[in-house]
Amino acid sequence: MSETHPSQDLPEEDGQQSRAPHRVIGTPPPAQARTLLGEAPGSPVPEPPRELPAGPDNPATAQTAEKVVAACFILSMLASIGFIAAYVGLEVHSVDATLRSNLALGLSMSVAFLAMGVGATIWVRSIMPNVEQVEERHVLASSETEREAFTKTFTEGAEASGFVKRPLLRRTLIAASVPLAVAPLVVLRDLGPLPGTSLRHTVWRNGTRMVVYGPDTPLRAADFSIPGQMITVAPEGYTENQDVLAKAVTIIIKFAPGVLVPNRPGQPGTIMNWTVDNIVAYSKICTHVGCPVALYEQTTHHILCPCHQSTFDATNGAQVLFGPAPRPLPQLPIGVDSEGFLIAKSDYHEPVGPAFWELG
Amino acid sequence: MSTTTGKILGGTGRYLDDRLHGARGLRTFLRKIFPDHWSFLLGEIALYSFIILLLTGTFLTLFFQPSMTDVVYHGSYTPLDGVHMSQAYASTLDISFDVRGGLLMRQIHHWAAILFVAAIVCHLLRVFFTGAFRKPRELNWVIGVVMFTLAFTEGLFGYSLPDDLLSGTGLRILEGVLLSIPIVGTYLSFFLFGGEFPGHDIIPRLYVIHILLIPALLLALISAHLFLMFHQKHTQMPGKGHTDANVVGQPMYPYFMAKTGAWFFFIFGVTALMSTFAQINPIWIYGPYNPSGISAGSQPDWYMGFLEGALRMWPSWHWNVGGYSFAFNVFLPALVPLGVLITGLAVWPFLEQWITGDRREHHVNDRPRNAPTRTALGMAGVTFYGIMWLEGANDIVSRFLNISLYLTTEIARYAIFIGPVVAYWVTKRICLGLQRKDNHLLEHGVETGIIRQLPNGEYVELTKPVSEEMRAVLASRAERPQIEAPDGDDVPAARGPVGKLRGSLNRVLTENIPLPHGNGHGNGHGNGHAAEPTAVTAGDAHPDGPEPADGDGAGA
Repeated sequence: MSETHPSQDLPEEDGQQSRAPHRVIGTPPPAQARTLLGEAPGSPVPEPPRELPAGPDNPATAQTAEKVVAACFILSMLASIGFIAAYVGLEVHSVDATLRSNLALGLSMSVAFLAMGVGATIWVRSIMPNVEQVEERHVLASSETEREAFTKTFTEGAEASGFVKRPLLRRTLIAASVPLAVAPLVVLRDLGPLPGTSLRHTVWRNGTRMVVYGPDTPLRAADFSIPGQMITVAPEGYTENQDVLAKAVTIIIKFAPGVLVPNRPGQPGTIMNWTVDNIVAYSKICTHVGCPVALYEQTTHHILCPCHQSTFDATNGAQVLFGPAPRPLPQLPIGVDSEGFLIAKSDYHEPVGPAFWELG
Repeated sequence: MSTTTGKILGGTGRYLDDRLHGARGLRTFLRKIFPDHWSFLLGEIALYSFIILLLTGTFLTLFFQPSMTDVVYHGSYTPLDGVHMSQAYASTLDISFDVRGGLLMRQIHHWAAILFVAAIVCHLLRVFFTGAFRKPRELNWVIGVVMFTLAFTEGLFGYSLPDDLLSGTGLRILEGVLLSIPIVGTYLSFFLFGGEFPGHDIIPRLYVIHILLIPALLLALISAHLFLMFHQKHTQMPGKGHTDANVVGQPMYPYFMAKTGAWFFFIFGVTALMSTFAQINPIWIYGPYNPSGISAGSQPDWYMGFLEGALRMWPSWHWNVGGYSFAFNVFLPALVPLGVLITGLAVWPFLEQWITGDRREHHVNDRPRNAPTRTALGMAGVTFYGIMWLEGANDIVSRFLNISLYLTTEIARYAIFIGPVVAYWVTKRICLGLQRKDNHLLEHGVETGIIRQLPNGEYVELTKPVSEEMRAVLASRAERPQIEAPDGDDVPAARGPVGKLRGSLNRVLTENIPLPHGNGHGNGHGNGHAAEPTAVTAGDAHPDGPEPADGDGAGA
């Protein structure tokens, strides 16, 4: 990648040094050209030759580069000081103030780092002499003698310990280790309760009122009268309980008369006894991996899960039309109470949400 | 160096050496040679973004509260005033709007995480395509594959911590995946979540895994990774004088130290710059998690995209056998693509060694074209991953290309099988073609752009032999050892079905265009112009020829 460009205008004597030393570390250096000039009378024993040149390849460039690098470092220093000033001077506690603070802090921080990076890069490239060195590799494998010595040491140790000769010790040690290794797994048991049948039930009961999720108000069937509407409902009294909502959250959809496909024996369809006035209720928890099926297309009556695009036919018992969901969204039996509010008539008749081993 | 500095250094050195006996070892360390190539910087990006993650992550732990206790928010972000949320979410809002520099730290942390996994993937691909995983580096490769798996798990757990609507939906999907595991799935889910989803335990548990367990593992593995790299010395790209018995480059001190330090500053600087101007994970827009809410276009962070895509494209396979659910619509997409990729990556060095029978040490990397089958397999893997990844954003793709959502999934279901095969075939053809081009350059040299008219009126273009540096690169295609003995059929192991399979795989894997005769030194022969002595020789060999303005330049 990098190539050496020895400067042409250097005196011959220095030219030798400024070139990249290209030799294998650990081998004697080539005879120095400087000896051709003859030794000065009374000169001391020459020092061992340098492995790296002391000066830059091109002193003129290096002199300019030095100024640029210093400027970069000063810029970085100023930016860091600016960062501290921005921290002290700019408060947060509102969206606008946070925006300003983030801009000032981020920008000064970026400049501080980038200027350091640029400065250091120029330093390496333009001031440090360009060298290329060669280092020998040695085969990683040890010599046969060393391997044998290791084997001998290891065997001697094993023999001295008696691990091989005393099977009673060896076997009881192994026997003792097994339960010791299992113990840490056992203590994880209390991480959570056993599932039991909890995945099969939700809190919906006969008479539980449906409240509109959000305003948490009960809903009269007569007020939910525009065909094509879809609303998310929750069991009354549980609207802040996430553990309950994670299974119980339900969507209700109003249809025009005659749109719903009633189920017939052996055929999928909507169980009409579980609807009220062409209002049908399905679990909002996708039977794929549990995302809320929040998208409803009025014209096609498709319910779509935004996560993995399982598509259900709302008119037809939420049969799966497309996507990875394996079964329809369970239908919740609903009715109205004496005041005309929508209620559940029972719990779901099958588990809601993603499949689990015991689902069957 | 001034005398004072020398004295101080000498004094400190003596003090340390008296106690640590460090002079010799440290000198070797300082003189360590590092080869240079841009692609060697990819691993460093991963390393430095990990350091950025440790620094910013430590800052965030000082303010973040990993608790799912329900609180009512009354902080500075007024649109959410009075809203019920978990303490984890509220404290993330506080970090963003009430801690000076908090938003910047959060964004740097998130961008660095994205960069971390991306750099790991690029580094992994570089090592794969250049064959840098070959003996003696197989163990370091396996460590790398483990770190890759840990890295995106770490990312998934990290972005789940703020308990916002997007990440909570991600955890819900995690629950669904756990539930789909045969026999133990329901129990695993209940133990991880401390009961039914979402419960009150998942955030603190993920927090401990995210800030302690996985970082500690990563730190240990990174140390091992770097130690092995250091001990075995870095590989080098093919080049003049680069052999399996040496390493050519610049010494650790001062060159590599300065360059890598600059690189750290660049990476931190660019991450900071992105975090200043590019918003990432604005959890205040998503809102706190609730099991009934979802945004359209929900996307995980990019590195989970391939698993998301697998979930989206898999058919709705679900069977009830003996009263138990085999939810293979979820279990298989969560398990198979990840398993194929990770297992494939982990065993590849050993498989390749078995197929080629090449048990030599390799320190000079392959150019990807010089291992066409490996490169083609790698591209097939990239395509397999890429199609799943695109399918993970198929709603965005469908909107962007204005095609039906379902069509994107249908296409992906076919493309996942066809795409890798096509990628394999195309890549292999390209590699072999590039080998032929290299041979051509070795045999005939570089075109100079100089046209010469011969006395008989024929026009020929002058060519110039490639430089020594280029020749070293072009002719770096190593011969692969043959697994068959000279009298191949008499080797007992080669006669069985496994031996035959190995033989066929060997023929496919070692398919290469042979280097030109005489390694290309017979420049100018056998090109159909052999009768014209002036046709193909260096420009400078023709003093009477037209002298180009730039005598050294090869014609463009």
